[in-house]
Amino acid sequence: MSAPPETRNARASAKVDGDTLEVSLAGSWQITEPRPSWPELLGPQNPARVRLRTDEVGVWDTSLLLFLSAAQEWCRGTGAYCDVTALPEKIRTLLAQLTAAHETAVPFDRSENFLTTVGLATQDTLQKGREISHFVGECVLSTVRLVRSPRKFRWRDCLDEMQQCGAMALPIVSLVSLLVGVTLAYTGAIVLRQYGGDIYIADLIGLSMVREMGAVMTAVVLAGRTGAAFAATLANMKANEEIDALEVLGIPAVQFLVLPRLLALAVMMPLLALYANALGIFGGLAVAYGLLSIPGTAFWAEMLTIVDLSDIATGVIKALAFGLIVGLSGCLRGLQAERSAAGVGRAATSAVVTALLFIIVADAIFAVLFNALGI
Amino acid sequence: MTDTLTSNPAPAIEVAGLECGYGGKPVLKNISFTVGRGEIFFIIGGSGCGKSTLLRHMVGLHTPTAGTVKFLGQSFTLADTAARRGMLKTFGMLFQSGALWSSLTLRRNVGLPLEEYTTLSRREIDEIAGLKLGQVGLGGFEDYYPAEISGGMKKRAGLARALALDPAIVFFDEPSAGLDPVTSRKLDELIRQIRETFGTTIVVVSHELASIFDLADRVIMLDRAEQGIIAEGRPRDLLANSRDPRVSEFLRRGDKPL
Ligand SMILES: Nc1ncnc2c1ncn2[C@@H]1O[C@H](COP(=O)(O)OP(=O)(O)OP(=O)(O)O)[C@@H](O)[C@H]1O
Ligand SMILES: [Mg+2]
Repeated sequence: MSAPPETRNARASAKVDGDTLEVSLAGSWQITEPRPSWPELLGPQNPARVRLRTDEVGVWDTSLLLFLSAAQEWCRGTGAYCDVTALPEKIRTLLAQLTAAHETAVPFDRSENFLTTVGLATQDTLQKGREISHFVGECVLSTVRLVRSPRKFRWRDCLDEMQQCGAMALPIVSLVSLLVGVTLAYTGAIVLRQYGGDIYIADLIGLSMVREMGAVMTAVVLAGRTGAAFAATLANMKANEEIDALEVLGIPAVQFLVLPRLLALAVMMPLLALYANALGIFGGLAVAYGLLSIPGTAFWAEMLTIVDLSDIATGVIKALAFGLIVGLSGCLRGLQAERSAAGVGRAATSAVVTALLFIIVADAIFAVLFNALGI
Repeated sequence: MTDTLTSNPAPAIEVAGLECGYGGKPVLKNISFTVGRGEIFFIIGGSGCGKSTLLRHMVGLHTPTAGTVKFLGQSFTLADTAARRGMLKTFGMLFQSGALWSSLTLRRNVGLPLEEYTTLSRREIDEIAGLKLGQVGLGGFEDYYPAEISGGMKKRAGLARALALDPAIVFFDEPSAGLDPVTSRKLDELIRQIRETFGTTIVVVSHELASIFDLADRVIMLDRAEQGIIAEGRPRDLLANSRDPRVSEFLRRGDKPL
């Protein structure tokens, strides 16, 4: 290599002189280039004095300071004397600043032991539970207030949201429910054909769509579509101080932002679920005709022997509950979000997760409840 | 508003022993001060000393851990929800970013407080909103959405909204942050004009030394290490007489042209 010495890579050498370790640095010290490390240079030695020199250093930046401060730090830790008098003035000043920053920084301990972590997590869970019940309670109270003075209700926002979460969701709900009907029919056909009970495919499709799949699939779609959108919108408004501006005006965010969205979902979800039922049954009917050669009229007649109004009602009641769950989780997570861009993303994700969790739990509760009631 | 002003001699704002903090960690302790009616009152101090925190606790966005805040002689911290709502309409707040509701046009933004608290018809509300927007120099922008106007315009629109109900007290969080010198000067003039015209009490959080010396009747200075007030008085008196190096250092920076 023919480069002049000061532009070559960073080097450090150590020379023992009595109880003093003489450390000389040389070459060009750059943070993006490989460079020696203090512990490696030191090895097993344990000098009582360390003398630092940088006479042969060419270009340098923070990497040099890092090395020097590591040396200083080590000296402070072991009680060795660190001699920096041979360093240029500029470097000494910067080192002093670095040390000062170390000493004045307020210790902020984020580390916790196991018990503390468990305790904090428990507190956190309780707190979250409280927040959810507080939020639901506030929604109920606001609803009562609004029923008394309906003029305050934001009908326009509510209609906009209905358009957004209802009409605009039709394509995806159509596709999903049609395919669910088709899938159910194919799966059912495998079993039913073995026993020659082909016609009972109509009962299978009808009952499972109307009682279960219609409401659940719509809820899942809307949790991802609308719940996440609610959370993101509200979280963004929160980051932007828009919610604070409402509160300072004495307009509760729940009344202004949450209730129109909840009502929109509570109205649209049952309608969408009914629509999903119809499309799912149509999908099943088509498969039954194509695969099992069951004519449409026979399918319909068979289905009507088992599906009655109470089945449809259970589906609609579920859809209403799911709609409220999706709306509540979306709005709650949005209002709880941190005031940052990352907070918006997390709010949307956690709205979907919360909604799905509660939809499944509620579905199980409904199953037990309807069974007990004999519906 | 004017008859309560004359019949009720209590100061506009009384803060006593206020302690502010987040999640159990105190930021400010034992804050006490009063703001007279029609006064322009500044809260100043270095970055992170808790100015915004103080403002947010005063207007009820956070609950103080101790102490009381009274507006026009009536306790705000102890008020129940209904009384609080009644008091909220007597003050307006301009947020640092304007905090306009992004789904509404400027006209609807300014009109919303009126919709909430008055029984005026839609036409009248729109008219008043247009007037208020004209007052802050935004005539002609009534049907723009917040995303379609600049930062300085957002702030002025936020001010129009804060003034919609002709409040007795207006809070400003850093009105001139992020504005060019000319616009921020205009905003200062607007603030003074509001006080002169309506006798409004004005509380401003600011770093802007020019505004402090220009506008402030009185200031309090907060300090991060002290977690409290380190100076109180007229800005010029503080500059001339304060022996606290933290105060004179803060105030001296900007007073060169005088
Ligand atoms: N939401 C929050 N949660 C926890 N701590 C906070 C929160 N907001 C502010 N703080 C802390 O409170 C202290 C004061 O913050 P504040 O925003 O009031 O400062 P400031 O005086 O307004 O500063 P600036 O002039 O930079 O706006 C800071 O130390 C900050 O870390
Ligand atoms: Mg601030």
